[in-house]
Amino acid sequence: MTSPPTAHPVTELRAAEPFPVNAAVQLRNEQLRRNLAGATRTIRTKRANVVGELPDWSELRAAGAAIKDDVLAHLDTYLLQLEERVTANGGVVHWARDGAEANRIVTGLVQARHATEVVKVKSMATQEIGLNEALAEAGITAVETDLAELIVQLGHEKPSHILVPAIHKNRDEIRELFQREIPTAGTIATSEPRVLAEVARRHLRAKFLSTPVAISGANFAVAETGTLGVVESEGNGRMCLTLPRTLITVMGLEKLVPTWADLGVFLQLLPRSSTGERMNPYTSMWTGAVEGQEFHLVLMDNGRTATLADPDGRDALRCIRCSACLNVCPVYERTGGHAYGSVYPGPIGAVLSPQLTGVRENLSLPFASTLCGACLDACPVAIDIPRMLVHLRAKAVEAKGPTAESAAMRLAASTMRSPRRWRMALRAARAGRVLGRRDGVIHRLPFPLTGLLRGWTAVRDLPRPPRRPFRDGTA
Amino acid sequence: MFGGMRVALFATCLVDGLRPEVGRATARLVRRLGHEVVVPAAQTCCGQMHVNTGYPKQAAGLVANHVRAFAGADVVVTPSGSCAGAIRHQHEDVARRYGPPGLAGDAAAVAGRTYELSEFLVDVLGLTDVGAYYPHRVTYHPTCHSLRVLRVGDRPLRLLRAVGGLELVELPEAEQCCGFGGTFAVKNPGVSAAMLADKLAAIHATGAEYCTAGDASCLLHIWGGLSRAGSPASTVHLAEILASTTETEEAA
Repeated sequence: MTSPPTAHPVTELRAAEPFPVNAAVQLRNEQLRRNLAGATRTIRTKRANVVGELPDWSELRAAGAAIKDDVLAHLDTYLLQLEERVTANGGVVHWARDGAEANRIVTGLVQARHATEVVKVKSMATQEIGLNEALAEAGITAVETDLAELIVQLGHEKPSHILVPAIHKNRDEIRELFQREIPTAGTIATSEPRVLAEVARRHLRAKFLSTPVAISGANFAVAETGTLGVVESEGNGRMCLTLPRTLITVMGLEKLVPTWADLGVFLQLLPRSSTGERMNPYTSMWTGAVEGQEFHLVLMDNGRTATLADPDGRDALRCIRCSACLNVCPVYERTGGHAYGSVYPGPIGAVLSPQLTGVRENLSLPFASTLCGACLDACPVAIDIPRMLVHLRAKAVEAKGPTAESAAMRLAASTMRSPRRWRMALRAARAGRVLGRRDGVIHRLPFPLTGLLRGWTAVRDLPRPPRRPFRDGTA
Repeated sequence: MFGGMRVALFATCLVDGLRPEVGRATARLVRRLGHEVVVPAAQTCCGQMHVNTGYPKQAAGLVANHVRAFAGADVVVTPSGSCAGAIRHQHEDVARRYGPPGLAGDAAAVAGRTYELSEFLVDVLGLTDVGAYYPHRVTYHPTCHSLRVLRVGDRPLRLLRAVGGLELVELPEAEQCCGFGGTFAVKNPGVSAAMLADKLAAIHATGAEYCTAGDASCLLHIWGGLSRAGSPASTVHLAEILASTTETEEAA
């Protein structure tokens, strides 16, 4: 029925087609480009303002990185400490090697409680493993309660942003969707956010009060106390975390902080970086189970220890899923999240997804960046995403084996590491002067260059090679 | 502040092969400021394209060649934020991983003496007014690697503000990448073109005659788009503006 655990999960972290193919589809959608440009610009500006007002932002950032590095260096110790504290407080801890195993554990827990419906707190970990789909296969309906997740779920779509999953949709599209998909909606008169939120609120209230099991992720787990934490804006998460009798939390292994005091750093870094708020409206914390309720914690690896094993890639596990890097990324702004084909899009997705799946399963994502560096500047835990992308590109090239590109790059390297061969190549390039004789500009290249540089000459001209290279006339 | 330095010019492969006028302008400028300019003939390419495209092993030979070419130089100046960034932030690492023993230390030493042009003028020579004259309406695009790898900050703008006759106009959304990204432009042509289109629109909104920058590579990309669009605007490298004087401009 279920496959044996594998080192790397695949389905929710990669697309069938490579990034440039998916991106081309998204780029044709003018409405999407407008929605994204507007939304990312708004969040970018808000973030810049609230980050700019903190005089100690760079110290906070360094502290965030240092705390996460300590967690990653002593992950074994902290995980066992967490397990011990959660268990001592009446919770039950489960360990899952991969998504399939986590899905199996959660499905089994829900089935044992004879539930056919569960409410969900917005969670990246459960999206990463396709938990909703796994539950559906077992006849269990998972209801997303985060407003934007609900929009995506009702539209039978995938999220396109870590924090704002429906960023690709505007309010008129959402009104139309609610009208079609929510039976209790009645006639929705306008597309005002207040009106739309009210429709969702009525729909969800009924679910909170009637559903026996809730499933969440976690933003943080405190090893010393066994406390789990979720930060959110709407309060729907808190409804799920408090009302149902059973709470199941699925958490990636790396989401730990050592001490309660460490939360002070991350509760400043996260809201400012993600929503551009000084503080998020709802921060819910719980330690074990309270009387009359039960709590299960599923600690999931799913490619994380493989990521941890790579010294040049492991910093990606510092990520606190704020999505600041998405909002400043010029590539993400043009393509949106769906082009990445992973639940983790944008710059962090381009380094995290290939590491969680293994680079071989995600060969194009490390190249989905101009290396402009805006992501590193925005990252609240200082993940050097550009450097990591470059590292993963080398791994991708190795995984691909010999290609036309690798042959060309080898030839270029062998030419350029010899001053003599380079000089000869420059002189030979003068032959290119037969092109662009009319106006001194090359508009189209002849075969075989036309194939190699088609992407360039589609929208750009090239200058005609000079009569003499620089080295031959420095006067 | 220094008198008569001996400056080794690293032109970069792109300037050597496609934009020799940028190399000549850099040499002319540094000489005009009273320093000797040497152009080591053994120079080729810093290897950044190989590193950033996933071929760091192949780049090691280029790093070795670069280190050999510039080993004897007191100061290396290059008219490229991107290549200076590669030399300072990639060479030592590539050398340590894939080069022969000793190369990493030598690469670090050369990197420590390497400056991008605006850094050299402002930090080493202590100048912002280099006596240039360029009577045109100009906008400045801070290239990503100048801005976020080298952190040249407002050095190029301070140099431009001191240029006689030059009208500097601010570029909207200046810090957005132009979409070049080296091989990104051919590997992800659609996204690159979308980013370029926005950059061109921003340049046109300024009404500038020229867009300038400290990188011939990004400028080649922007120029390619302006030229294809039949735009009245064009590009000019920072070095070319700073090398211009009342004599050269009146002669032109």
